[in-house]
Amino acid sequence: MSTAAFVAPPFNPIVFLQPKADVLARRNTIIADLADLLPKEGLVSEPRKLVPFETDGFTAYRNVPLAVALPETTAQVAAVLKYCHKSGIPVIPRGAGTSLCGGAIPQQDAVVIGLSKMNKILEVSYENRLARVQAGVTNIAISDAVSADGFFYAPDPSSQLACTIGGNIAMNSGGAHCLKYGVTTNNLLGVTLITIEGEILEIGGDMLDSGGLDLLGLVCGSEGQLGIVTEATVRLIAKPLGQRPVMFGFDTPEAASECVSAIIATGIVPVAIEFMDKPAIAICEAFAKAGYPLDVEALLIIEVEGSDAEMSDQLALIVAIAQAHNVKVIKESQSATEAALIWKGRKSAFGATGRIADYICMDGTVPLSQLSYVLRETTKIVARYGLRVANVFHAGDGNMHPLILYNVNDPGEAEKAEACGMDLLRLCVDAGGCLTGEHGVGIEKRDLMLHQFTQTDLDQQMRVRAAFDAGWLLNPSKVFPLENRFEIAGKAA
Amino acid sequence: MIFAPNAEITAAAFIGDCAAKRSSIEIIGNGTKRGIGKPAIAENILSSSKMSGIVTYTPSEMVVSAKAGTPLEDIKAALTENNQELAFDPIDYSGLLRSKGKPTIGAVASANLSGPRRFVIGAARDALLGVRFINGQGEIIKNGGRVMKNVTGLDLVKLLAGSWGTLGFLTEVTFKVLPVARTETTLVLLGLDDAAGISALASAMATHCEVTGAAHVPETINGTLLSGQLKSPGATCLRLQGSELSVPARLVFLQQRFAGIAQFVLEKESSRQLWQQIRDVQPFQMDHRPVWRVSMAPSRGHEMVDVLRRHAGLAAFYDWQGGLIWLRMEAGAEAELLRKTIAALGGGHATLVRADDATRRETQIFQMQTSALAALTARVKAAFDPAGIFNPGKMG
Repeated sequence: MSTAAFVAPPFNPIVFLQPKADVLARRNTIIADLADLLPKEGLVSEPRKLVPFETDGFTAYRNVPLAVALPETTAQVAAVLKYCHKSGIPVIPRGAGTSLCGGAIPQQDAVVIGLSKMNKILEVSYENRLARVQAGVTNIAISDAVSADGFFYAPDPSSQLACTIGGNIAMNSGGAHCLKYGVTTNNLLGVTLITIEGEILEIGGDMLDSGGLDLLGLVCGSEGQLGIVTEATVRLIAKPLGQRPVMFGFDTPEAASECVSAIIATGIVPVAIEFMDKPAIAICEAFAKAGYPLDVEALLIIEVEGSDAEMSDQLALIVAIAQAHNVKVIKESQSATEAALIWKGRKSAFGATGRIADYICMDGTVPLSQLSYVLRETTKIVARYGLRVANVFHAGDGNMHPLILYNVNDPGEAEKAEACGMDLLRLCVDAGGCLTGEHGVGIEKRDLMLHQFTQTDLDQQMRVRAAFDAGWLLNPSKVFPLENRFEIAGKAA
Repeated sequence: MIFAPNAEITAAAFIGDCAAKRSSIEIIGNGTKRGIGKPAIAENILSSSKMSGIVTYTPSEMVVSAKAGTPLEDIKAALTENNQELAFDPIDYSGLLRSKGKPTIGAVASANLSGPRRFVIGAARDALLGVRFINGQGEIIKNGGRVMKNVTGLDLVKLLAGSWGTLGFLTEVTFKVLPVARTETTLVLLGLDDAAGISALASAMATHCEVTGAAHVPETINGTLLSGQLKSPGATCLRLQGSELSVPARLVFLQQRFAGIAQFVLEKESSRQLWQQIRDVQPFQMDHRPVWRVSMAPSRGHEMVDVLRRHAGLAAFYDWQGGLIWLRMEAGAEAELLRKTIAALGGGHATLVRADDATRRETQIFQMQTSALAALTARVKAAFDPAGIFNPGKMG
C-alpha cells in the first residue's frame, strides 16, 4: 500500500456553540444568585478552581465553565435548573467526568451541575432485588455495598471505580459482562429526573412495568439532553457461584472472530467475550505481566459462570470449538489468582496504552459477521494515516474499541488521529453498525450523526428533545449537529 | 374499511394525507389485541398485515429483522429451526381475549409484550434493537439498528415499544434473539399461602440458581393449570433452565433449601407447558369477567390482593417473583379501590386488559400519571404525531 498517494482530509476541529455574550456579561450576578441557592461549599467560581472542570475523558477539547454548582439535594438541583432556565443559561450535567466522547465538556457560558456530592445509597431491598441510590454514587460502590450479601449490580464499564451511576444512565453504559446481563437501560427501574424548568419527575419506580410511554427508556442514554437524574432505582442480581475465564491465542484475527461466531451459533452465550489484537496484547502484557502469548495475532478472553462442574462443562465445549478454529494457545485458569491475572491485562488495557502513547478510543459497533472485515479495514485506514492502532473490545456483541495511538505533543498527529477515528466510525456504520455502542455521541461523534441517520431521523429525535428542553439549554453543544437544529426546536416549542 | 398497504411508502402517503385532513387512524396488525385499551373511535383503520416477511436473520449474529405485519408464529418457526428464540417469551393474548387471527411481531413491539422471564431477561423493549416507523406526518423514520449495543442518539426504540400505536406506524422491527435452553425443570412447592409463597420466591432469587420463572398460584385457581396436576393449597413454582448438567444440580440445591416444604418436580415438557399457561393467563381464560394486570414491587403485590379481598370478589395469581399480579375483578367501583390500594402500598401500575366495550369506555384503562408526567407525555406524543391522528385516546 502506498501511503504517499493518500491525502488526509482537511482537519475540522469540533466546534462548540458560541457563548452567549449576555450570559458572559452577567457573570458576577449569576454567581451571586447561584450562591443563594447552594450550600456554602457548593459553588465553584474562582477561575483557578474551575480548571479541573474544563474537560473530561475526551481531553482534546477544553472550555472553562462560568461556574460549577455542586448541589447536595434534589431540591438544590431543581433550584439551580429553574434559575438557569429563567435566565437562559446553558447547563452541563457532570458525574465523575470520565466520558470518552466529551459528554461533560462545558462551554464558557455554562453552569456545570456536578452530582459528586450526591453519593449516598438510600435503600437496599433484597426481597425486591433493588437499590435506590443518589446519582453521584460510583458504579462499583453499588456492587460493593451488596456484595457481602451475595448480590451485585451488573453493568461494569471499565471506569467503574470512578464513574457515577448518573453518568452511566446518561450514557447507557455497558461493560464487559453485558453480553449476559444487559446494559444500564436493562438494569434500571426508575429515576428522579429534574427538568430544565426545575420540575421534579418520578419516572418508573420499584416495579418492572410502568404505565404510559417508556420515558425511562428514553431518558437512559439521553446524554444530559433531557434533564438531570438525581436518584435512581437499579436492579440487583444474585452473584453466580463462580466465574472462570479461558484465554485463547490465534494466528489470525479472522480465526478468532470466526471462533466467536461459532461459539454463539452453537447456542452458548458466555458472560463475556473479549478480543485483543497483537499490539494490544503486547501493550497489556508489558504492563500487567498477565502471561499473554506474544507470538499470536489475536487473543480471546471468554468467561463463563456457574458451579465448578457447570463451568468445566461449558469450557470444554468452548475449548473444542476453539480447537476446531486452529487455536494456537489455550490457557485455562486453575485458580482465582490465575483468573484475576487473565483479566488484569484486559482491564488495564486503557491505562497500559496510556503509558506508551496518547490514544483516542473509538466505540463503533458492527454486526458480528462483519468483525473480520472491519478489523482488516481498520488496519488499512490507520496505516494510511501513518498511525498505529491497538484493538481491544467486546467481541460478543460486536462493540469495537480501536485505540488510535498518537503523540499529543505533535499537533499534526493529534489531528490525524481524530480524522482517522472519524473514518473508522464511518466504516462501522457502512458495515451495518453504529457510531457508538456504549460511550455516547457527545461532541466527538456529533458531526457524524448524518452518516448514520437522515436529517428526517434526526429531526424526529430533536422534536422529542424539544418536548423536554425547547430552548436548547441542556448540554446544548452535544449529540446533534449544530446546523438545522434551532428551527426544529422553535417549531415544536 | 381496513387499509392494509403492502409497502412502507404507500402507508407513508396514506398517513400524510390523513394528517393533512386531520383524519384519525386506528393502527392495527391483525387486530388480535384491539380489546385492550379504550375502544378506538377513528375514521380510518390502517393495518400492517400485508407488510409481512423476515427481512434478515443470521443465527450467528443472534438478530432477526422482520416487517411489522409478520405473524409471530412465522418468526418463532424460523428461530426454532436454528434452536433460537425470543427470550422475552411474549404473551399470547388470544386465549384471554378470545381473539381470532395471528398476532404480529409489530404488535409484540408496540404493546411491549413479555412473559414469565420478564423479571430476569426483560420485555420486548429490552430485546428490541431497531425500528422503522412512520410518524404522524407521514415521514419514514429509523431508530436503533441491528447491533446489540447502540447508544447513538435518543433511544426512540424504547418509546415506540409499548406506545400502542399512538406514536407511529411500525413497519419493521429488529429483535435480539438467544439460544433455546437445552432443558428445563420446575420445582413446585406446595401448601404455602400468598405471603409465604412469595417469600419463598424471593429466597430462591437470592441464590445462585438463576431461576427463570417464579410464580405463585393460590388454591382457588391452581386446579386450572396442567389439567389439575397443581391442585393444592397453594402452588409456588420455580423454573430452572440450562444444560443437562447444570439444571439437575441447581434443582437439588433448591430442593434442599426448601426441604421442610412439600414439593414435586415437573420435567421438561410439563414445565414448558406450565409456563406457557402462566404466560397466557390460562386460569382466567374460561370466563368473560374483567382481568387486570398489575405491576408492583414483588413484596407488595400480595399485600394489595389481601386488602382488596376484604372489599371485593376476586381471584389472583402472581408471576415475576410476585411483581406481576393477574387479577380477575370487576372494573366498576373496584377500579377506584384498586388504584387507591396500589397508591397506598407505594405505587404500581394496573392495566385493565380484559373488559367489554362499555366497561372500557367508562374505565381508566392504564394507570393515571401525575399531571407533570401527563403533560410531558402529551408533548412527546405531539413530537411524533402533532395532529393527534394515531389511535386517539387509546392509552387513556
